[in-house]
Amino acid sequence: MQFLKLVLRNALRHRLRTALTLLGLVVAILSFGLLQTVVDAWYAGAAGAAPTRLVTRNAVSLVFPLPLSYRDQIRAVDGVRAVSHATWFAGIYQDPKNFFPQFAIEPRTYFAMYPEYLITPQEFTAFLRDRKGVVIGRKLADTYHLTVGDALPLRGTIYPGTWEFTVRAIYDGIDAKTDTSQMFFHWEYFNETMKTRSRSRADQVGVYLVDVTDIDRVAEVSRAIDAVFKNSLAETLTETERAFQIGFVKQTEALVIAIRIVSYVVIVIILAVMANTMAMTARERLSEYATLKVLGFSPVYIAALIVGESVAIAAIGAAIGIAATFPVSDWFAAKVGTLFPVFKVSGETVALQILCAIGVGIIAAAVPGRRAATVKIVEGLRAIG
Amino acid sequence: MDGTAAPLPLIGIRNVAKSYRRGGQIVPVLTDITFEVRAGDFLGLMGPSGSGKSTLLNLIAGIDKPDAGQILFDGIDITRLSETELADWRAGTIGFVFQFYNLIPVLTAFENVELPLTLTRLTRRERREHVEAALALVGLSDRVTHYPSELSGGQQQRVAIARAIIADPRLIVADEPTGDLDRHSAEEVLTLMDRLNTDLGKTIVMVTHDRRAADQAHAIMYLDKGELSTAADVHERSLR
Repeated sequence: MQFLKLVLRNALRHRLRTALTLLGLVVAILSFGLLQTVVDAWYAGAAGAAPTRLVTRNAVSLVFPLPLSYRDQIRAVDGVRAVSHATWFAGIYQDPKNFFPQFAIEPRTYFAMYPEYLITPQEFTAFLRDRKGVVIGRKLADTYHLTVGDALPLRGTIYPGTWEFTVRAIYDGIDAKTDTSQMFFHWEYFNETMKTRSRSRADQVGVYLVDVTDIDRVAEVSRAIDAVFKNSLAETLTETERAFQIGFVKQTEALVIAIRIVSYVVIVIILAVMANTMAMTARERLSEYATLKVLGFSPVYIAALIVGESVAIAAIGAAIGIAATFPVSDWFAAKVGTLFPVFKVSGETVALQILCAIGVGIIAAAVPGRRAATVKIVEGLRAIG
Repeated sequence: MDGTAAPLPLIGIRNVAKSYRRGGQIVPVLTDITFEVRAGDFLGLMGPSGSGKSTLLNLIAGIDKPDAGQILFDGIDITRLSETELADWRAGTIGFVFQFYNLIPVLTAFENVELPLTLTRLTRRERREHVEAALALVGLSDRVTHYPSELSGGQQQRVAIARAIIADPRLIVADEPTGDLDRHSAEEVLTLMDRLNTDLGKTIVMVTHDRRAADQAHAIMYLDKGELSTAADVHERSLR
C-alpha cells in the first residue's frame, strides 16, 4: 500500500508536467490506434475472405474480362460446389469523389455464395423482380442517405453512358468485418445493355467466383481450373479470395508500410518525451531515494518506485487514449465515407496500444531507475532536488 | 584484574581510512582513525568544515565504505557486508537524523514516521500504535496528518527524529541536527536527543559545528584534516 501511495503521489507531484506528459501520451496512443486501424482497413477485404472461395481471373490482367462460356466449364471441374461471377463497373454517383464498389452479378448464385450479406427475403424478391434494381450495403445507404425505392443513377466510365438504377434492397453485414459499402446489380441487365451499346463487350464477366467443396482441395481445384483453360485465348489465374484481395493491397503496400512506420515513430517520439520526464523526475528526487536507502529500502524498491510511476502515467495516458480512439475513429470513418469499407478499431489494435504504453512506461524509466538504484547513498544525499 | 570484564564496545573503529577522488587527484579525508563507542554513549563529533566528520558518521551508519580498516558493530565487521545486507542491517540497527530533515514531501508526518516500519512484519494496527507513540514522544501528536511543507523546521526535525527511533534502533546517528534550526527549535531538538539517550538508553553519535549542541554529548571528539586529535571518555564524563 505504501508503495502504491508513493507511486501515485509522486506521479501527481508536478501536476502541470504530468498533465503535459499525459497529453502527449494520449495523442500518441490515439494516433497509433487510428493509424493501425487505417492499416487494418486496408486489409479488411482479405480479413473477410472465406477460405473455400476462389477467384478466377484473366491470367494477363484483371482488366481483361473472361468469356461467359467459362462458367459451365469451371462448374464441371471436380471439387467445385458452385460458380458465380462479378464484373467491376466503376460508375460515378453524382461526383467522382463519391467512390464505392459496384458489381454486376448473377444474383442467386452470388448471394448464395456470400451468406455474410444479410438481405430480407421481401427485399431480395423485389430486387430479383426489377432488372434495374440494385442491392446496396448499409454503410453505403447511410453515407448517401439512400433508402429502398430511391433512384441511383450512375455515369459509366469503363462502360460509358448513363445507367439508371433503383434501390430495391439494403444488406447488412453478418459482423463488423463485413463490407457494407458495395452495390450489386443484375449482370443480365448489364449484358443486355452492352449488347446494344457495344456488342463486342457483351457476354463477358470480370471474374469468376468459385466455391470449393473441401478446404483441403483448394490448391488442387485452383490448379485444375487453370489447367482447363491452358493455351486458350484467355488463360486464367485462380487464387484464393484472400490472396486475390491481398493482391490489391500489394499495389499500395508502400503506403501501408509508411503508415505503419509512422505509427511506431509516434510511439518512439513519446518514448523520448517520457524518458526525459522520468530522467528529470528521478534527478530531482535523488536525495529522497538516497534517504529511502538509508532507511533500509533496497535498490530494487527504489527502481520499482520510478518504473511504477512511469507505468502509472503511461497507463492513465493509454486508458484515455484508447477510450478516445473509438469515437475519433467513428468520426474519421464518417468523414472518409465508403473509402474504407470496414473501419473498426480491432481488439489487436487495443492490445497493441496497451503493449506500447506499458513498453513506453518501462523503457522510459529504465535508465533513471537504474541510476537511482545504483547511485551511492552519499552522492544521492548530496544531490540538490 | 578485578574480575569484572569491561563491557564490549558497541562500535569499534579500527584504522579506518577514507579518501575521495577529485579532478583526478586523491584527497585523503580520514587517516588511520581508531576509537570505540560503548552502548549508551552520546558522542559529539566536532571539527571544521571538510574535516571528515560527516564522512566518519556515514561510515559508522553503513552508508559508505572505508578504503581501509574495520568498522565493528557489536562484533560484526559491517565493511564486509553486501549492499543488500547493509540495507537490512541499517533498517534494524540505525536511526539517521539529517541536517535538512530529509522527509518525503508527499507523505504526511504519520506516513513519514511509518516508512521504516513498512519493512517489518508488523501489522497495520501495530504500526499505527508505534507511530502514534513516537509522534507523542516528540510532541507532535496533533500534527499527524500534516505534510512536511506544513510544518516548521523544528517540527520537521522532530518528525525526522520520530522516524529515526520508530524501529527501535540501537544507534542513532545525527548529522548537524540543529544546523538548519533557530535557537529555540535547536534547544528542543537537543533536549529530545538527550531524552533519547538518558531515558531510552539510545547510543547517539552526533556531528555538529555548534558548541552548545556538542555540550549535550557525554563525550566529544575532534576531527581535523582527517585525523582524530582529541577523544573524551564517556566514563570520565559520567564520573564527573
